[in-house]
Amino acid sequence: MGSVGAKDVPVLMSPDGKRIDGRRADELRPLAITAGALKQADGSAFVEWGANKVMAAVYGPREVHPRHLQQNNKAIVQCRYNMAAFSVDERKRPGLDRRSQEISKVIAEAFESVIFVEEFPRTSIDVYIEVLQANAGTRCAGLVAASVALADAGIPMVDLVPAVAVGKVADSIVLDLKKEEDNYGSADLPMALVPQSGRLVLLQMEGHMTRDELHRALDLGVAGCRKIYDVMRQALLDKYRADGPAPGVAA
Amino acid sequence: MGSGHRPGPPSRGRGGGRPPPDRERQLVLPGDEIDAHGLQPGPGTYRVHGRTYASVLGLIQHRPPVVRIVPLSGRYIPHAGDVVVGTVTDVQGTFWLLDIGAPRWAPLHMTGTPWKIDFGETENYLRVGDSVVVAVESLESTGRIGVTMNGDGLGKLEGGTIVTVSPARVPRVIGRGGSMITTLTRHTGAKISVGQNGRIWIDGSEEAIRRVTESLRLIDEEGQRSGLTERIASYLTSTEAPAEGLMPGPAPPTRAEREPEGEPPEAEDEPRLEE
Repeated sequence: MGSVGAKDVPVLMSPDGKRIDGRRADELRPLAITAGALKQADGSAFVEWGANKVMAAVYGPREVHPRHLQQNNKAIVQCRYNMAAFSVDERKRPGLDRRSQEISKVIAEAFESVIFVEEFPRTSIDVYIEVLQANAGTRCAGLVAASVALADAGIPMVDLVPAVAVGKVADSIVLDLKKEEDNYGSADLPMALVPQSGRLVLLQMEGHMTRDELHRALDLGVAGCRKIYDVMRQALLDKYRADGPAPGVAA
Repeated sequence: MGSGHRPGPPSRGRGGGRPPPDRERQLVLPGDEIDAHGLQPGPGTYRVHGRTYASVLGLIQHRPPVVRIVPLSGRYIPHAGDVVVGTVTDVQGTFWLLDIGAPRWAPLHMTGTPWKIDFGETENYLRVGDSVVVAVESLESTGRIGVTMNGDGLGKLEGGTIVTVSPARVPRVIGRGGSMITTLTRHTGAKISVGQNGRIWIDGSEEAIRRVTESLRLIDEEGQRSGLTERIASYLTSTEAPAEGLMPGPAPPTRAEREPEGEPPEAEDEPRLEE
């Protein structure tokens, strides 16, 4: 992000290692997930993560439209990431732009690698992600929401997919950037993990890091993903245990 | 199971006379490692490096020779022999396409009907939007779902209403040995046909349809809790009074006319969730 307007740059890291919102370098913003937030969809989830609010809905597997996209040996995964016009301070021009197309593509590809797509030939699994309020890290929040929605939709997959961004802010490697850190920081590294195998299914970077910093950032991100994974699991367990066997079934 | 991370191994063999470890009804999520007890990975599971994991959200069921996950959500996954309620979505020269809530539309060929139809005459028999009861006949590796209308209790549905519940709830709607269905029909006098795909056809007086619909909504929302049949019965009893004066006893239908195509003997198949 360079040094333009350097005068206005907020203090991103205090001398005692506290960030702009008081978090330490390895702390996540508060995360709350509701599984099954929508009735109409086959699966859905609502994620509130810091000041981000993201809704995800999953439909399918279902017939492919338009039909020429159909693959005769597997399901296709289609994703539409969209930011609401009111999701940011300055009105976001509605509709597809380069950024949302890119995010839709990388999220669809992340899921295609964990869903057992060959079980549903000639069908489509449609993932809709709507960002209602944005404060940096919406692709990760969207991916987390969509992953919980996919599980809620009963789609077979290798694992849930937690995601988080790590960044470089005032020469420190920090977990889960918020908006000011993203805007004025020097690097942003979103990633998505498959805990079952330890594989990363999404990894992007903007800005600069040294090799050493990258390694530390990856370690920090993977550790963050595992915390997010626990919240995702709990959201699903809460929904399905609430209407499942009474708590403490074992008795 | 405990909260937090990977669930521990399921408790062993508490299932009375059944083959060893059955019915522990443990809730798992995709990616959870499960104790296969030496069984082969079945539907809803996968195996990597000799370890077995769940691929869908559901309940573990050990049924030799496989361990499988009974899904608690998701679309209807067809099985040969299932009787389902479908809606016509497209009409072609020799077949119709039916939406049965499955991943794909199911073609119903005109030879799979009791009618003698000439090419191009299909639309005179079934049109888009019509509902039918059909049986799943064949499943191909391409995902094609073949259905037929030839068979007892199969055919076009006239009148009535269709209500949809989660396919995972169908065993609850039927009840053990048909107890839930019997309760619903006895209290309301409605005719009810339950498709394995969670679509349920109801016919009868407006009041009967309303009460059955409300009961089904309760089952769909609270289907996993125990004592469901009793609670539905008490709901139906509590709503009986106003109707009584208006329609003096709609004769309860006989078993034959009520549920001719018979719900597959299915209810016993699913793991018990009741205490």
